[in-house]
Amino acid sequence: MKLFQPHLLVQYLTSADFFHGAVMTFWLSIASLAAGMAVGLLLAVGQEAPLRPVRALVWFYIWLFRGTPVLLQLVFAFNVLPAFGILLPGFACAVLALGLNEGAYMAEIMRSGIRAVGPGQRLAARALGLEESQVMRWVVLPQAFRIVIPPIGNQFIGMLKLSALVSVIGVKELLLTADETASSNFRYIETLTAAGIWYLVLTTIFMVIQSAIERRLRRRTSARSAVIAIEPAIQTIR
Amino acid sequence: MTALLEAAAIWKRFGTLDVLKGVDLSVTRGECLVVLGPSGSGKSTMLRCLNLLEPIASGSIVFEGQEIAGLPRKQAAALRRRMGMVFQNFELFPHLSATDNVAFGPVRVKKTPQNEARELAHHLLRKVHLPDKLTAFPDELSGGQQQRVAIARALAMEPALMLYDEPTSALDPETVGEVLTVMQELADEGMTSIVVTHELGFARRAADELVFMDAGQVAHRAPVDAFFNGSAPDRVVRFLNRMHG
Repeated sequence: MKLFQPHLLVQYLTSADFFHGAVMTFWLSIASLAAGMAVGLLLAVGQEAPLRPVRALVWFYIWLFRGTPVLLQLVFAFNVLPAFGILLPGFACAVLALGLNEGAYMAEIMRSGIRAVGPGQRLAARALGLEESQVMRWVVLPQAFRIVIPPIGNQFIGMLKLSALVSVIGVKELLLTADETASSNFRYIETLTAAGIWYLVLTTIFMVIQSAIERRLRRRTSARSAVIAIEPAIQTIR
Repeated sequence: MTALLEAAAIWKRFGTLDVLKGVDLSVTRGECLVVLGPSGSGKSTMLRCLNLLEPIASGSIVFEGQEIAGLPRKQAAALRRRMGMVFQNFELFPHLSATDNVAFGPVRVKKTPQNEARELAHHLLRKVHLPDKLTAFPDELSGGQQQRVAIARALAMEPALMLYDEPTSALDPETVGEVLTVMQELADEGMTSIVVTHELGFARRAADELVFMDAGQVAHRAPVDAFFNGSAPDRVVRFLNRMHG
């Protein structure tokens, strides 16, 4: 038996099993990142709260979830929650654990975005008669989101790879697909290489999307200038 | 004439530092009150106390016949809609076009329909002589243009009183004039305003009354002619001479 059989690699790479594994990895990452962003935003806003107990709670959350391995959190969610009568399917467990963990990191990113919006902006908004929650919603967050888009792109690529951990609780994503396939025929080189190539495909797609978004953000100003240059022409036509 | 706004004995502390030590100040409808004074004398802090952006330790502020000092948050926010404020650093919202900056207050605070608010914004941008910058974003405008958009943004709330906090201090000299012109036009139309500035020329032309602040207190107050004719206290005259330096 040859050590490496290219036709096997091609077969795995194009198999429905691996494709489904990649799709699972993709949705797992999207769902976990979305959950992480929601949690992170909540934590970041909580960190800016005037109430000390709220800030303490946020500190505790971040301390807890950044201070313990995500693998532990994952296994914890899968094995301990049922003891409390909470029976979640593997996918939900995975999103819960990855999302809560991601939230702790996302909080720092969101907070840096919120902090980057100067105090003068809030003052100007308050001077117009906005209440605190409106200042956050209409002035601070829209500006903060533009600032945090690039780091969130990085987090997503990290999440694609982190999601491989979920194989330990039996969610059939890419790594578990490769592992199960290999355990039936011991073709580890071909199966793992196929999974690796799928990961690279996914990360490459997102790196391209990320750089396109960043380019657009950078070009924003010149795009506006173009609009302004055409505007008088449009008005003449009207 | 009754005062539109009358502040009495305002006291403001930052920690252990007394920034305002019993400031009395009043402005009647249609009047332009210019506040002069050395930096650190508490001028900007006073403006922020008047529209409740800063809470005061003691004293009274009566605005449109109502005591407003110590109003709770929600009511304070509602009150600020009646006072426009213009900042030294403009503080336009960088993610919004000039039109959307001006329409922002009406849309978000007064819940004015978008179309109506944008029409109002276009009207106000023409009023501050920026008819060709409706779609421009703040980073495409000069300092003077940004400050005029900021004035239009404040006017969009249809305030009873305008507060200007050193509106030309951050500007290139060549754009100072266009901002002062707009402010003077507004004053001439009868917009009540309190202007903290170092522009003595503007004070001479536009002010009805002047206030000189020093070390957290109103050190001198006089109508515009009396203020500049040399009859002011020594301290004020010395300050004016230094400004002309």
